[in-house]
Amino acid sequence: MYAGKSVKRVDAYDKVTGRTRYTDDLCDRGAYVARILHSTIAHGKVLKIDTAEAEKVPGVVKILTCFDLKEKHYFATAGHPWSTDPAHQDVADRLILTEDVKFYGDDIAAVVAEDEVAAAQALRLIRVEYEEYPFVLDVQEAMKDGAPQLHEAYPNNILKHTQIRKGDYEQAIKEPGLIKVEGWYDTPTVQHCHIENFICYAEMTGDRIQIVSSTQIPHIVRRVVGQALGMDWGRIKVVKPYIGGGFGNKQDILYEPLCAWLSIQTGGHLVKLDVPREETFVSNRVRHAIRSHIISWVRPDGTYAARKLECFSDQGAYASHGHSICAKGAGAFPQLYPCDNVEVDAYTVFTNKPVAGAMRGYGIPQAMWAVEGHTEEVAAVLNEDPLEFRRKNLMKVGYTDGFSKNEMYADSFNQCLEKAMEAIDYKRKSEEYKNQTGDIRKGIGMAVFWYNTAVWPISLETSSCRMVLNPDGSFQVQVGETEIGQGADTAFAQMAADVVGVPIEKVHVMSCQDTDVTPFGTGAYASRQTYTAGFSIRQTGLLLKERILDYAHILTRMPVFNLDIIDGNIVRTTDGRVLMSLASLAEEAQYSLSESRHITAESTYQIKSNAYSFGCTIAEVEVDIPMCKVTLVDVVNCHDAGKLINPSLAEAQVHGGMSMGIGYGLSEKMIFDPKTGRTLNNNLLDYKLSTFMDHPDLKALFVENEEPTSAFGTKALGEPPACSVAPAIRNAVFHATGVAVKEAPMNPHNLFRAFSEAGLFDKEPGAGSKEDDDAAASSGKNQEVQ
Amino acid sequence: MYDIKALYEARSVEEAVSLLTEHPEAQIIAGGSDVLVQIREGKRAGAELVSIYGIDALRGVRLEEDGTIRIGSLTSFSHIEADTIIKEKIPVLGEAVGKVGGPQIRNIGTIGGNTCNGVTSADSASTLFAWDAIIEITGPEGVRRIPIQDFYIKAGKVDLKPGELQTGILIPKKSWEGYTGHYIKYAMREAMDIANLGCSVNVKLSEDKRTIEDARIAYGVAGPIPLRAVSAEETAKGRPVDKKTVDEFAAAVLNDIHPRDSWRAAKAFREHIAVVIAGRAFTQAVILGGGVLS
Repeated sequence: MYAGKSVKRVDAYDKVTGRTRYTDDLCDRGAYVARILHSTIAHGKVLKIDTAEAEKVPGVVKILTCFDLKEKHYFATAGHPWSTDPAHQDVADRLILTEDVKFYGDDIAAVVAEDEVAAAQALRLIRVEYEEYPFVLDVQEAMKDGAPQLHEAYPNNILKHTQIRKGDYEQAIKEPGLIKVEGWYDTPTVQHCHIENFICYAEMTGDRIQIVSSTQIPHIVRRVVGQALGMDWGRIKVVKPYIGGGFGNKQDILYEPLCAWLSIQTGGHLVKLDVPREETFVSNRVRHAIRSHIISWVRPDGTYAARKLECFSDQGAYASHGHSICAKGAGAFPQLYPCDNVEVDAYTVFTNKPVAGAMRGYGIPQAMWAVEGHTEEVAAVLNEDPLEFRRKNLMKVGYTDGFSKNEMYADSFNQCLEKAMEAIDYKRKSEEYKNQTGDIRKGIGMAVFWYNTAVWPISLETSSCRMVLNPDGSFQVQVGETEIGQGADTAFAQMAADVVGVPIEKVHVMSCQDTDVTPFGTGAYASRQTYTAGFSIRQTGLLLKERILDYAHILTRMPVFNLDIIDGNIVRTTDGRVLMSLASLAEEAQYSLSESRHITAESTYQIKSNAYSFGCTIAEVEVDIPMCKVTLVDVVNCHDAGKLINPSLAEAQVHGGMSMGIGYGLSEKMIFDPKTGRTLNNNLLDYKLSTFMDHPDLKALFVENEEPTSAFGTKALGEPPACSVAPAIRNAVFHATGVAVKEAPMNPHNLFRAFSEAGLFDKEPGAGSKEDDDAAASSGKNQEVQ
Repeated sequence: MYDIKALYEARSVEEAVSLLTEHPEAQIIAGGSDVLVQIREGKRAGAELVSIYGIDALRGVRLEEDGTIRIGSLTSFSHIEADTIIKEKIPVLGEAVGKVGGPQIRNIGTIGGNTCNGVTSADSASTLFAWDAIIEITGPEGVRRIPIQDFYIKAGKVDLKPGELQTGILIPKKSWEGYTGHYIKYAMREAMDIANLGCSVNVKLSEDKRTIEDARIAYGVAGPIPLRAVSAEETAKGRPVDKKTVDEFAAAVLNDIHPRDSWRAAKAFREHIAVVIAGRAFTQAVILGGGVLS
């Protein structure tokens, strides 16, 4: 059995030796280079684009503007499965190039040139005239009457408003003796910062167009390019090679339609569009900033009587994934801490800002920042231990959601918390760090997270797999689920080897998806690759095995029910004798003069289940109050992701997510100029992605309760690691200082404000510099707590 | 692919001077960690470049006969950090340049480039201000030496005349002998960052370690160019080594600095941090000098 073992990544050697080829490596050097001209206003109309000077630049092939787009096919960019029901389709509000500017950085023209220098020179020489409109950047301002309107069909800029009503909130809050705890919580706009920027290239062959793209979702890209260009989908071929990360940004159609259109406009010539980092920040997708307002009515015994959540999700200028993100977080609210009386109102609102789409966690990191921060405050008001308060109120074993039919089969929360607490010595530290004084204080805090796997029953879940037997007894595996760095191909190889019964070296997973030949699948998102592909790999593997054994029956005369494939051999199960190798069977099957067969299997499995995936983070911090700095001293995540197919890869996945959570909690934030709407820090210097030097050793732990609905006992792990880290750090800061920070990230600017408001600097002038760090930490004398 | 009009490579200082004279529009490039970034951003696109990176005579640190520490302008941050003379005489400079960017940048970046950029955030600059460093400039008229405070004219502008290049940074014996120093880089993360504030403090204690004989404090990002906090220095001179001196020294920096409000950091925040790090850097410098703060 390979499932459960830390086998080596199938792409390890190629990746560490640099042999792996990514989109740019694959593109022919003769390609034209395209660059995009972005708007320099936040809202308005393009009146005129003067390209005369730019066209004189040697090497410029063609400049195309929004006015050259003669056929206007509006398209939706979200990388969701298509819905044949128009009511459930994503909002089609984008054009390849637009004259209606809705954010600073909108796409209004493109240059095609022989090289990047000529393209850059031409971009600088294009002159644009605009009619400017007022713009709005704040999500709640945008909802007010009279605010600048982005899309006619959405009054008050509200893309969608959904409600959840359970019990009777208004009645429930009248219960005598309730304690009200209320808070507002803000999360920032952040960007994915995958190491490979978005890149694609396109060229025509005959009347077909081929696109090679750094995407998570090749089959969805094919459909949307067809819709955007008004082309039959079968005339489009999309190839996805190895990609340097995506984290959800590449679960969106970014510039594949534009690149394809530019190729068509230049006679089908090969055109490459390699988006610079600065533009990746502004003109790809970002994470929704969500402002949440929570009111809890608690009984003195520490149980909830009624709860209310309002959340306002900043969509930016176009719909992309839209309300799905906010709705996911809002949907988690009544489940995580069940309460009889709940009201939830979730709004997704357009603003004149970069477009928000999918990003690892899909609304849950925002929701957990609010919910877990709030939980800590409620426990503090009640003077209850945060751990015991959680234990009392968290979702219990047996909880079943009526809509998804998800069931909490095991006591995941308690098991994960126990394991994490032990690893980080939580109980001792939690006591030890109480009531500290001094400039430098330690704290420890926890947060849990709610997550689920895949998107059933909201949209289509389907997975297809093809296996083709080779004459040496090995076989190819193709699935529509994509390797995006997470190690999916390795997990697929392990599962396929187990189902068919061969050594893992005999499984060749075709990493590259090509929509002309790869069976249909919707790609990498929703932490679903292993869960989803598991169904079709098991089903197809069994089908392949059946065909192999059917042929073995011909060669061995033994009945199929007495045969099995074990470790690459055809074995008679009655006595365990190896009758022949799979290799000799496969060779004979292919070349037999009497009974030649090409043994293959292909099948589709439609998944009609979903699975909860829960866990927690515990973080320990040291807060230097005068310096307004938090040092993360230790951090541990514990997950119940079901059975781990590959524990080492699972651990790596958790480390990556924790790193993302650390940046989210402590440093990352996109900043917008209030005067112009321009993104001010769209580069990796000014945008403070956290570095190795900002991380302690990351600990990843697991409890493995096999998921009963799953083909291999596995469930979501891709996104969950990023969901609870930031609130755990935030709660550790609260523990250390008594300051409940409302806004992420807890960078020094934000902490300066929070500590000032809390009066932590209200000492005699210069007190922060009284003594050196060590002396302050050890003596802790004469320092006032708020 | 970079938009560079022409690249001329000098193999000696003389050749560099003549190439710069021949091509008055040309920009000097050393390690390129700033110039190439600017070209990519379009700011210097299409530039002519004179590369001085191959002039090995400008590399290395040495102690001259009169006790002056001479740092060749092309010496990389990594080399400065590892240099034995620096470690022994002015370790604070090694610590400061060890905080620049990341390892790759410290391998390619040079101290000459760091100072010739004229930016206030340069990690080497505030420390060199605090050491009263002398800048050596070579040009068609020969060699001239000026105090670093005169070298910086305004943000992004240093005193390099046509045909001139910076060839060395000198720290006279009287500036370093008997002094100990500490640098604090205040940034948003622990690597790959530029300072929101940089503060370098040197102190010289009396023989009995009870009195501050001299104190020097310089900031980066407290103004458009690096600056000395002179009233803070005056506050400390001749004062006893105690916490009151530290507090008054730190508080006095507000008379000297004028940080601005920008989206990178608010003025009130920078002022708060400036006081905190002044006190901490001063304290550390005193401790390194053998002082005891009771």
